[in-house]
Amino acid sequence: MLELLRQILAWFADPAHWTGGDGLLARLAEHLEYSALSTLAAALIALPIGLAIGHTGRGAFLAINATGFGRALPTIGIVTLVFLVSGLSLWPVYIALVVLAVPAIVTNTYAGMAAVPRELRDAARGMGMTGWQRLWQVEVPVAAPLILAGIRLAAIQVIATATMAAYVSFGGFGRYLFDGLAQRDLPQVLAGAASVAVLAITTDLLLAALQRALTPRGLRDTRKEAHA
Amino acid sequence: MRWSWFAGHVDEMAELTLQHVITTVISVGCGLLIAFPLAVLAHRVPRLRGLILGVTSVIFTVPSIALFILLLPFTGLSLTTTVIGLTLYSLVVLVRNIVEGLAAVPPRVREAARAMGYGRARTLIAIELPLALPVIMAGVRIATIMTISLTSVALVIGQGALGQLFADGLQRNFAEPIIAGIALTLLLAVVADAVLVGVQRGLTPWTRR
Repeated sequence: MLELLRQILAWFADPAHWTGGDGLLARLAEHLEYSALSTLAAALIALPIGLAIGHTGRGAFLAINATGFGRALPTIGIVTLVFLVSGLSLWPVYIALVVLAVPAIVTNTYAGMAAVPRELRDAARGMGMTGWQRLWQVEVPVAAPLILAGIRLAAIQVIATATMAAYVSFGGFGRYLFDGLAQRDLPQVLAGAASVAVLAITTDLLLAALQRALTPRGLRDTRKEAHA
Repeated sequence: MRWSWFAGHVDEMAELTLQHVITTVISVGCGLLIAFPLAVLAHRVPRLRGLILGVTSVIFTVPSIALFILLLPFTGLSLTTTVIGLTLYSLVVLVRNIVEGLAAVPPRVREAARAMGYGRARTLIAIELPLALPVIMAGVRIATIMTISLTSVALVIGQGALGQLFADGLQRNFAEPIIAGIALTLLLAVVADAVLVGVQRGLTPWTRR
Protein backbone atom coordinates (compact mmCIF):
# COMPACT_ATOMS: atom_id res chain seq x y z
CA MET A 1 0.00 0.00 0.00
CA LEU A 2 2.79 2.42 1.01
CA GLU A 3 4.75 1.33 -2.04
CA LEU A 4 1.77 2.19 -4.25
CA LEU A 5 1.43 5.61 -2.62
CA ARG A 6 5.13 6.23 -3.25
CA GLN A 7 4.67 5.28 -6.91
CA ILE A 8 1.75 7.68 -7.34
CA LEU A 9 3.69 10.51 -5.73
CA ALA A 10 6.61 9.69 -8.01
CA TRP A 11 4.22 9.77 -10.98
CA PHE A 12 2.98 13.25 -10.05
CA ALA A 13 6.53 14.41 -9.26
CA ASP A 14 7.75 13.56 -12.77
CA PRO A 15 7.72 16.86 -14.72
CA ALA A 16 7.29 14.91 -17.98
CA HIS A 17 3.78 13.97 -16.82
CA TRP A 18 2.71 17.62 -16.55
CA THR A 19 3.45 19.18 -19.92
CA GLY A 20 2.85 18.35 -23.57
CA GLY A 21 -0.23 17.16 -25.44
CA ASP A 22 -0.79 14.21 -23.10
CA GLY A 23 0.36 15.98 -19.93
CA LEU A 24 -1.78 16.65 -16.88
CA LEU A 25 -2.36 20.31 -17.79
CA ALA A 26 -3.63 19.48 -21.29
CA ARG A 27 -5.81 16.67 -19.89
CA LEU A 28 -7.16 19.02 -17.24
CA ALA A 29 -8.09 21.57 -19.93
CA GLU A 30 -9.88 18.87 -21.96
CA HIS A 31 -11.66 17.48 -18.90
CA LEU A 32 -12.78 20.96 -17.85
CA GLU A 33 -13.97 21.72 -21.37
CA TYR A 34 -16.13 18.58 -21.58
CA SER A 35 -17.51 19.03 -18.06
CA ALA A 36 -18.15 22.77 -18.09
CA LEU A 37 -19.82 22.87 -21.51
CA SER A 38 -21.99 19.84 -20.71
CA THR A 39 -23.09 21.15 -17.31
CA LEU A 40 -23.82 24.56 -18.81
CA ALA A 41 -25.86 23.08 -21.67
CA ALA A 42 -27.72 20.81 -19.25
CA ALA A 43 -28.52 23.78 -17.01
CA LEU A 44 -29.84 25.76 -20.00
CA ILE A 45 -32.16 22.87 -20.84
CA ALA A 46 -33.12 21.78 -17.33
CA LEU A 47 -33.64 25.12 -15.56
CA PRO A 48 -36.55 26.35 -17.75
CA ILE A 49 -38.23 22.94 -17.42
CA GLY A 50 -37.82 22.82 -13.63
CA LEU A 51 -38.89 26.45 -13.19
CA ALA A 52 -41.93 26.03 -15.44
CA ILE A 53 -43.09 22.92 -13.60
CA GLY A 54 -42.46 24.50 -10.21
CA HIS A 55 -44.16 27.79 -11.10
CA THR A 56 -47.27 26.33 -12.72
CA GLY A 57 -47.43 23.13 -10.67
CA ARG A 58 -48.25 21.27 -13.90
CA GLY A 59 -46.52 18.24 -15.32
CA ALA A 60 -44.72 17.45 -12.05
CA PHE A 61 -45.66 13.75 -12.06
CA LEU A 62 -44.50 13.25 -15.63
CA ALA A 63 -41.27 15.19 -15.11
CA ILE A 64 -40.34 13.39 -11.91
CA ASN A 65 -40.88 9.96 -13.43
CA ALA A 66 -39.12 10.85 -16.66
CA THR A 67 -36.09 12.21 -14.81
CA GLY A 68 -36.11 9.24 -12.42
CA PHE A 69 -35.78 6.77 -15.26
CA GLY A 70 -33.48 9.12 -17.12
CA ARG A 71 -31.02 8.24 -14.38
CA ALA A 72 -31.19 4.61 -15.47
CA LEU A 73 -29.85 5.48 -18.93
CA PRO A 74 -26.38 3.93 -19.11
CA THR A 75 -24.05 6.80 -20.00
CA ILE A 76 -21.48 4.54 -21.61
CA GLY A 77 -24.20 3.08 -23.85
CA ILE A 78 -25.22 6.54 -25.04
CA VAL A 79 -21.58 7.46 -25.67
CA THR A 80 -21.03 4.38 -27.83
CA LEU A 81 -24.35 4.72 -29.68
CA VAL A 82 -23.86 8.39 -30.57
CA PHE A 83 -20.24 7.61 -31.46
CA LEU A 84 -21.35 5.02 -34.02
CA VAL A 85 -23.94 7.37 -35.48
CA SER A 86 -21.92 10.61 -35.52
CA GLY A 87 -18.44 9.29 -36.18
CA LEU A 88 -15.34 11.02 -34.90
CA SER A 89 -16.65 14.14 -33.19
CA LEU A 90 -17.14 15.28 -29.61
CA TRP A 91 -20.93 14.95 -29.88
CA PRO A 92 -21.05 11.55 -28.14
CA VAL A 93 -19.32 13.00 -25.09
CA TYR A 94 -21.48 16.13 -24.88
CA ILE A 95 -24.79 14.40 -25.56
CA ALA A 96 -24.15 11.64 -23.01
CA LEU A 97 -23.03 14.08 -20.32
CA VAL A 98 -25.98 16.41 -20.91
CA VAL A 99 -28.38 13.46 -20.67
CA LEU A 100 -26.68 12.55 -17.39
CA ALA A 101 -26.89 16.05 -15.92
CA VAL A 102 -30.40 17.15 -16.92
CA PRO A 103 -32.39 14.89 -14.52
CA ALA A 104 -30.48 16.02 -11.41
CA ILE A 105 -30.99 19.70 -12.25
CA VAL A 106 -34.69 19.34 -13.17
CA THR A 107 -35.46 17.37 -9.99
CA ASN A 108 -33.71 19.81 -7.68
CA THR A 109 -35.10 22.91 -9.39
CA TYR A 110 -38.59 21.53 -9.08
CA ALA A 111 -37.98 20.52 -5.44
CA GLY A 112 -36.69 24.03 -4.68
CA MET A 113 -39.71 25.66 -6.31
CA ALA A 114 -42.11 23.27 -4.56
CA ALA A 115 -40.54 24.15 -1.20
CA VAL A 116 -41.33 27.89 -1.54
CA PRO A 117 -43.78 28.51 1.32
CA ARG A 118 -47.39 29.01 0.29
CA GLU A 119 -47.70 32.16 2.40
CA LEU A 120 -44.89 33.76 0.40
CA ARG A 121 -46.58 33.02 -2.92
CA ASP A 122 -49.91 34.26 -1.57
CA ALA A 123 -48.34 37.42 -0.18
CA ALA A 124 -46.66 38.12 -3.54
CA ARG A 125 -49.95 37.61 -5.33
CA GLY A 126 -51.73 39.79 -2.76
CA MET A 127 -49.24 42.58 -3.45
CA GLY A 128 -50.37 42.49 -7.05
CA MET A 129 -47.20 40.99 -8.52
CA THR A 130 -47.53 39.44 -11.95
CA GLY A 131 -46.64 35.80 -12.56
CA TRP A 132 -43.30 36.81 -14.06
CA GLN A 133 -42.47 39.09 -11.10
CA ARG A 134 -43.42 36.38 -8.60
CA LEU A 135 -41.16 33.92 -10.41
CA TRP A 136 -38.06 36.14 -10.55
CA GLN A 137 -38.44 38.23 -7.40
CA VAL A 138 -39.87 35.68 -4.97
CA GLU A 139 -39.74 32.06 -6.09
CA VAL A 140 -36.32 31.90 -7.77
CA PRO A 141 -34.41 33.67 -4.96
CA VAL A 142 -36.03 31.47 -2.32
CA ALA A 143 -35.45 28.31 -4.35
CA ALA A 144 -31.89 29.32 -5.33
CA PRO A 145 -30.03 27.20 -2.72
CA LEU A 146 -31.75 23.97 -3.81
CA ILE A 147 -31.43 24.83 -7.50
CA LEU A 148 -27.70 25.33 -7.04
CA ALA A 149 -27.48 22.10 -5.06
CA GLY A 150 -28.84 20.36 -8.14
CA ILE A 151 -26.27 22.00 -10.41
CA ARG A 152 -23.54 21.03 -7.93
CA LEU A 153 -24.63 17.40 -7.89
CA ALA A 154 -24.83 17.37 -11.69
CA ALA A 155 -21.39 18.95 -12.07
CA ILE A 156 -19.76 16.35 -9.82
CA GLN A 157 -21.43 13.48 -11.66
CA VAL A 158 -20.41 14.99 -14.99
CA ILE A 159 -16.78 15.41 -13.88
CA ALA A 160 -16.57 11.78 -12.72
CA THR A 161 -18.31 10.51 -15.86
CA ALA A 162 -16.40 12.66 -18.38
CA THR A 163 -13.69 9.98 -18.03
CA MET A 164 -15.79 7.96 -20.50
CA ALA A 165 -14.72 10.31 -23.30
CA ALA A 166 -11.51 8.31 -23.37
CA TYR A 167 -13.48 5.11 -24.07
CA VAL A 168 -14.25 6.47 -27.53
CA SER A 169 -10.71 7.77 -28.12
CA PHE A 170 -10.99 11.31 -26.74
CA GLY A 171 -8.96 13.01 -24.00
CA GLY A 172 -9.54 14.23 -20.48
CA PHE A 173 -8.35 12.49 -17.32
CA GLY A 174 -10.07 9.32 -18.56
CA ARG A 175 -7.06 8.78 -20.86
CA TYR A 176 -4.95 7.83 -17.83
CA LEU A 177 -7.53 5.23 -16.80
CA PHE A 178 -7.84 3.52 -20.17
CA ASP A 179 -4.17 3.84 -21.11
CA GLY A 180 -3.16 2.65 -17.65
CA LEU A 181 -5.49 -0.34 -18.02
CA ALA A 182 -4.08 -1.18 -21.45
CA GLN A 183 -0.48 -0.82 -20.27
CA ARG A 184 -1.09 -2.52 -16.88
CA ASP A 185 0.26 0.68 -15.34
CA LEU A 186 -1.54 0.96 -11.98
CA PRO A 187 0.15 4.18 -10.78
CA GLN A 188 -1.09 5.90 -13.94
CA VAL A 189 -4.67 4.73 -13.27
CA LEU A 190 -4.44 5.87 -9.67
CA ALA A 191 -3.03 9.25 -10.71
CA GLY A 192 -5.91 9.67 -13.16
CA ALA A 193 -8.50 8.71 -10.55
CA ALA A 194 -6.93 11.07 -8.00
CA SER A 195 -6.93 13.92 -10.54
CA VAL A 196 -10.65 13.42 -11.21
CA ALA A 197 -11.46 13.23 -7.50
CA VAL A 198 -9.48 16.40 -6.75
CA LEU A 199 -11.19 18.25 -9.61
CA ALA A 200 -14.62 17.05 -8.45
CA ILE A 201 -14.03 18.02 -4.83
CA THR A 202 -12.59 21.43 -5.77
CA THR A 203 -15.60 22.12 -8.01
CA ASP A 204 -17.93 21.03 -5.23
CA LEU A 205 -16.30 23.41 -2.73
CA LEU A 206 -16.39 26.34 -5.20
CA LEU A 207 -20.05 25.75 -6.04
CA ALA A 208 -20.86 25.37 -2.32
CA ALA A 209 -19.34 28.79 -1.72
CA LEU A 210 -21.40 30.19 -4.62
CA GLN A 211 -24.49 28.53 -3.16
CA ARG A 212 -23.89 30.25 0.20
CA ALA A 213 -23.25 33.59 -1.50
CA LEU A 214 -26.47 33.35 -3.51
CA THR A 215 -28.65 32.40 -0.57
CA PRO A 216 -30.77 35.48 0.22
CA ARG A 217 -29.82 37.03 3.56
CA GLY A 218 -33.38 36.74 4.81
CA LEU A 219 -33.26 32.97 4.36
CA ARG A 220 -29.94 32.65 6.17
CA ASP A 221 -31.41 34.47 9.17
CA THR A 222 -34.46 32.24 9.41
CA ARG A 223 -32.21 29.21 9.27
CA LYS A 224 -30.20 30.44 12.22
CA GLU A 225 -33.40 30.94 14.17
CA ALA A 226 -34.58 27.48 13.27
CA HIS A 227 -31.38 26.02 14.68
CA ALA A 228 -31.53 28.03 17.90
CA MET B 1 -32.42 -1.28 -38.19
CA ARG B 2 -31.88 -5.00 -38.68
CA TRP B 3 -34.73 -6.51 -36.69
CA SER B 4 -33.55 -10.02 -37.45
CA TRP B 5 -30.51 -9.36 -35.24
CA PHE B 6 -32.76 -8.92 -32.19
CA ALA B 7 -34.71 -12.10 -33.00
CA GLY B 8 -31.50 -14.07 -33.41
CA HIS B 9 -30.01 -12.96 -30.09
CA VAL B 10 -32.90 -13.45 -27.66
CA ASP B 11 -31.06 -16.12 -25.66
CA GLU B 12 -27.92 -14.05 -25.33
CA MET B 13 -29.89 -11.00 -24.23
CA ALA B 14 -31.88 -13.02 -21.70
CA GLU B 15 -28.64 -14.33 -20.22
CA LEU B 16 -27.09 -10.86 -20.01
CA THR B 17 -30.27 -9.49 -18.44
CA LEU B 18 -30.17 -12.22 -15.80
CA GLN B 19 -26.52 -11.42 -15.14
CA HIS B 20 -27.46 -7.74 -14.79
CA VAL B 21 -30.19 -8.59 -12.29
CA ILE B 22 -27.84 -10.80 -10.24
CA THR B 23 -25.12 -8.12 -10.16
CA THR B 24 -27.60 -5.44 -9.11
CA VAL B 25 -29.32 -7.53 -6.42
CA ILE B 26 -26.03 -8.63 -4.82
CA SER B 27 -24.57 -5.10 -4.95
CA VAL B 28 -27.58 -3.31 -3.47
CA GLY B 29 -28.00 -6.15 -0.94
CA CYS B 30 -24.38 -5.85 0.22
CA GLY B 31 -24.78 -2.06 0.15
CA LEU B 32 -27.73 -2.30 2.56
CA LEU B 33 -25.87 -4.71 4.87
CA ILE B 34 -22.95 -2.28 5.13
CA ALA B 35 -24.97 0.95 5.05
CA PHE B 36 -27.26 -0.06 7.88
CA PRO B 37 -24.70 -0.36 10.72
CA LEU B 38 -22.85 2.71 9.38
CA ALA B 39 -26.06 4.75 9.34
CA VAL B 40 -27.08 3.61 12.83
CA LEU B 41 -23.61 4.57 14.06
CA ALA B 42 -23.86 7.98 12.34
CA HIS B 43 -27.32 8.42 13.85
CA ARG B 44 -26.31 7.44 17.40
CA VAL B 45 -22.90 9.16 17.50
CA PRO B 46 -23.35 12.65 16.01
CA ARG B 47 -19.58 13.21 16.03
CA LEU B 48 -19.08 10.38 13.53
CA ARG B 49 -21.92 11.56 11.30
CA GLY B 50 -19.92 14.07 9.28
CA LEU B 51 -17.05 11.62 8.87
CA ILE B 52 -19.22 8.74 7.65
CA LEU B 53 -21.27 10.88 5.24
CA GLY B 54 -18.10 12.62 4.06
CA VAL B 55 -16.21 9.41 3.29
CA THR B 56 -19.14 7.90 1.36
CA SER B 57 -19.46 11.14 -0.64
CA VAL B 58 -15.76 11.15 -1.52
CA ILE B 59 -16.06 7.58 -2.88
CA PHE B 60 -18.69 8.99 -5.20
CA THR B 61 -16.21 11.40 -6.80
CA VAL B 62 -13.92 8.53 -7.90
CA PRO B 63 -14.91 7.60 -11.46
CA SER B 64 -16.51 4.16 -11.60
CA ILE B 65 -14.15 3.08 -14.39
CA ALA B 66 -11.17 3.84 -12.16
CA LEU B 67 -12.65 1.98 -9.21
CA PHE B 68 -13.13 -1.19 -11.28
CA ILE B 69 -9.61 -0.98 -12.71
CA LEU B 70 -8.05 -0.32 -9.31
CA LEU B 71 -9.71 -3.40 -7.83
CA LEU B 72 -8.26 -5.59 -10.60
CA PRO B 73 -4.98 -6.50 -8.82
CA PHE B 74 -6.97 -7.72 -5.81
CA THR B 75 -10.03 -9.46 -7.22
CA GLY B 76 -9.29 -9.83 -10.94
CA LEU B 77 -11.78 -9.89 -13.82
CA SER B 78 -14.59 -11.23 -11.69
CA LEU B 79 -18.11 -10.55 -10.50
CA THR B 80 -16.55 -9.78 -7.10
CA THR B 81 -14.75 -6.74 -8.55
CA THR B 82 -17.98 -5.38 -10.03
CA VAL B 83 -19.95 -6.02 -6.85
CA ILE B 84 -17.36 -4.32 -4.61
CA GLY B 85 -17.34 -1.24 -6.85
CA LEU B 86 -21.12 -1.00 -7.16
CA THR B 87 -21.61 -1.65 -3.45
CA LEU B 88 -19.29 1.24 -2.59
CA TYR B 89 -21.26 3.56 -4.90
CA SER B 90 -24.62 2.54 -3.46
CA LEU B 91 -23.41 3.47 0.03
CA VAL B 92 -23.58 7.23 -0.57
CA VAL B 93 -27.33 7.09 -1.27
CA LEU B 94 -28.20 4.32 1.19
CA VAL B 95 -26.32 5.68 4.23
CA ARG B 96 -27.69 9.19 3.71
CA ASN B 97 -31.29 8.04 3.37
CA ILE B 98 -31.15 5.68 6.36
CA VAL B 99 -29.64 8.47 8.50
CA GLU B 100 -32.28 10.94 7.29
CA GLY B 101 -35.06 8.42 7.87
CA LEU B 102 -33.93 7.69 11.43
CA ALA B 103 -33.44 11.40 12.17
CA ALA B 104 -36.99 12.14 11.03
CA VAL B 105 -38.55 9.83 13.65
CA PRO B 106 -40.41 12.19 16.04
CA PRO B 107 -38.61 12.38 19.44
CA ARG B 108 -41.95 11.87 21.21
CA VAL B 109 -42.38 8.47 19.62
CA ARG B 110 -38.91 7.51 20.83
CA GLU B 111 -39.69 8.80 24.34
CA ALA B 112 -42.96 6.89 24.39
CA ALA B 113 -41.09 3.71 23.48
CA ARG B 114 -38.61 4.27 26.30
CA ALA B 115 -41.47 4.95 28.73
CA MET B 116 -42.98 1.62 27.72
CA GLY B 117 -39.74 -0.07 28.73
CA TYR B 118 -38.28 -0.61 25.26
CA GLY B 119 -34.49 -0.95 25.18
CA ARG B 120 -32.33 0.75 22.58
CA ALA B 121 -32.14 -2.23 20.23
CA ARG B 122 -35.85 -2.92 20.45
CA THR B 123 -36.69 0.75 19.88
CA LEU B 124 -34.51 0.70 16.79
CA ILE B 125 -36.01 -2.44 15.29
CA ALA B 126 -39.63 -2.14 16.35
CA ILE B 127 -40.14 1.64 16.34
CA GLU B 128 -37.52 3.65 14.47
CA LEU B 129 -36.95 1.34 11.50
CA PRO B 130 -40.60 0.93 10.50
CA LEU B 131 -41.16 4.68 10.76
CA ALA B 132 -38.02 5.38 8.72
CA LEU B 133 -38.94 2.78 6.12
CA PRO B 134 -40.47 5.11 3.48
CA VAL B 135 -37.32 7.28 3.39
CA ILE B 136 -35.07 4.20 3.44
CA MET B 137 -37.02 2.62 0.60
CA ALA B 138 -36.75 5.85 -1.41
CA GLY B 139 -32.98 5.46 -1.03
CA VAL B 140 -33.08 1.80 -2.04
CA ARG B 141 -35.02 2.77 -5.18
CA ILE B 142 -32.49 5.45 -6.18
CA ALA B 143 -29.56 3.14 -5.36
CA THR B 144 -31.09 0.33 -7.44
CA ILE B 145 -31.67 2.50 -10.51
CA MET B 146 -28.17 3.94 -10.16
CA THR B 147 -26.64 0.46 -9.84
CA ILE B 148 -28.54 -0.82 -12.89
CA SER B 149 -27.15 2.10 -14.88
CA LEU B 150 -23.59 1.78 -13.50
CA THR B 151 -23.28 -1.98 -13.98
CA SER B 152 -22.69 -1.42 -17.69
CA VAL B 153 -19.48 0.51 -16.89
CA ALA B 154 -18.00 -2.79 -15.72
CA LEU B 155 -17.64 -3.59 -19.42
CA VAL B 156 -14.09 -2.23 -19.02
CA ILE B 157 -13.32 -5.39 -17.05
CA GLY B 158 -15.58 -7.64 -19.11
CA GLN B 159 -18.28 -7.81 -16.42
CA GLY B 160 -20.77 -5.27 -17.74
CA ALA B 161 -23.69 -7.70 -18.22
CA LEU B 162 -25.99 -5.76 -20.60
CA GLY B 163 -23.09 -3.30 -20.90
CA GLN B 164 -21.15 -5.96 -22.83
CA LEU B 165 -23.56 -5.25 -25.68
CA PHE B 166 -22.11 -1.71 -25.88
CA ALA B 167 -18.53 -3.00 -26.13
CA ASP B 168 -19.72 -5.53 -28.70
CA GLY B 169 -21.47 -2.89 -30.82
CA LEU B 170 -18.53 -0.49 -30.64
CA GLN B 171 -15.98 -3.11 -31.68
CA ARG B 172 -18.07 -4.37 -34.58
CA ASN B 173 -19.35 -0.92 -35.59
CA PHE B 174 -22.89 -2.12 -35.18
CA ALA B 175 -25.69 -0.13 -33.47
CA GLU B 176 -28.25 -2.88 -32.84
CA PRO B 177 -26.58 -4.43 -29.76
CA ILE B 178 -26.15 -0.96 -28.25
CA ILE B 179 -29.80 -0.08 -28.78
CA ALA B 180 -30.85 -3.43 -27.30
CA GLY B 181 -28.56 -2.86 -24.30
CA ILE B 182 -29.93 0.62 -23.58
CA ALA B 183 -33.56 -0.51 -24.00
CA LEU B 184 -33.14 -3.57 -21.77
CA THR B 185 -31.35 -1.50 -19.10
CA LEU B 186 -34.25 0.99 -19.05
CA LEU B 187 -36.81 -1.82 -18.98
CA LEU B 188 -34.96 -3.45 -16.09
CA ALA B 189 -34.96 -0.15 -14.18
CA VAL B 190 -38.71 0.31 -14.67
CA VAL B 191 -39.48 -3.27 -13.57
CA ALA B 192 -37.11 -3.09 -10.57
CA ASP B 193 -38.67 0.19 -9.44
CA ALA B 194 -42.20 -1.24 -9.72
CA VAL B 195 -41.13 -4.28 -7.66
CA LEU B 196 -39.59 -2.04 -4.98
CA VAL B 197 -42.74 0.11 -4.81
CA GLY B 198 -44.68 -3.13 -4.30
CA VAL B 199 -42.29 -4.24 -1.54
CA GLN B 200 -42.62 -0.85 0.14
CA ARG B 201 -46.44 -1.05 0.08
CA GLY B 202 -46.28 -4.53 1.54
CA LEU B 203 -43.90 -3.48 4.32
CA THR B 204 -45.81 -0.34 5.30
CA PRO B 205 -49.49 -1.31 5.32
CA TRP B 206 -50.28 1.60 7.67
CA THR B 207 -49.52 4.19 5.00
CA ARG B 208 -52.42 2.91 2.90
CA ARG B 209 -55.87 4.18 3.67
